[in-house]
Amino acid sequence: METVNRRRTAVKAAFPATVPVMTGFLALGVAYGILMRTNGYGPLWSTLMSAIGFGGSMQYVAITLLVTAFDPLQAFLLALMVNARHIFYGLSLLDKYKGLGKARFFMVFALCDETFSLVSTLEPPEGVERKDFYFWITLLDYLYWVGGTALGGLLGRFITVDTTGLDFALTALFVVLFLEQWKKPENRPFGLIGLGCAGAILAVFGADNLVIPAMALILAVLLGGRKRLCT
Amino acid sequence: MYLTPFQTVAIILAVAAGTQITRWLPFWLFPEKKDPPAVVLYLGRVLPAAVMGLLVVYCLKNVSWTAAPHGPPELLSIAAVAVLHRWKGNVLLSIAGGTALYMLLVQAVFV
Repeated sequence: METVNRRRTAVKAAFPATVPVMTGFLALGVAYGILMRTNGYGPLWSTLMSAIGFGGSMQYVAITLLVTAFDPLQAFLLALMVNARHIFYGLSLLDKYKGLGKARFFMVFALCDETFSLVSTLEPPEGVERKDFYFWITLLDYLYWVGGTALGGLLGRFITVDTTGLDFALTALFVVLFLEQWKKPENRPFGLIGLGCAGAILAVFGADNLVIPAMALILAVLLGGRKRLCT
Repeated sequence: MYLTPFQTVAIILAVAAGTQITRWLPFWLFPEKKDPPAVVLYLGRVLPAAVMGLLVVYCLKNVSWTAAPHGPPELLSIAAVAVLHRWKGNVLLSIAGGTALYMLLVQAVFV
């Protein structure tokens, strides 16, 4: 009985935090399911990819790998490169994800941009265990994506509402979490470094080569300026 | 389906393996029982704010600034999110308001 109550409190606290992710993931997940279908891969395949591969933008990229000559090594290397930003997430959560026991396995397995943003910015409300709060955010986000994919693969043809632009919910989420980080004055230089470095790389290298060069530049600035930034 | 079922499963597993390495690497390098070096703790403390900046840019990477409408739907909607968030401080309201405005702009105004 007590565990049921504990779970209920945790879900009640975690769910509102994940509503923006639900909006974005359902929209993008449905779109992914439909796109996979039009490329000849039905709901079973798209859902399997979302459940095991679980990585939004990478899955879109991977569609091109499913419609050309079989090359699993390229798929592996591409996934490494597109998702390299996750390394930053793990580094930031080393402390928060200590002592979580078995739950940690799933929480690292399903650590995506959106879950990281929520977990690193939000603290659990009073009376809710940290571990439960972060676990449920992770699980709900995961289910939205996998559920959205299944829905798109199954019912894609019947969805007639124009959802163009609904995925902006995720951009808006990152903007809001950026502003939440901004509230703490000691975070501001780092927020600006992230924006500035990524913006500069985008201007120079273009959209297709953003992530790794931007990560490298951010690391260089953070490490090079450590003495001056660490006051 | 272009690939055989066996090949498709192999591609899914290859994508999953590459992705999982990026998620687990820091946890492998710095196991729970050992204290990570000070520089890693420093990065862990400052990276979340920097990453939010990177993710905002990442979301906007495919916006064309040189062709019409030069990014206004995105810029206007982000401004709306920021103003709403400053004003009410309600995460859901800021996101819903910005998203509704964006959908209106791309579906009805800048078409």
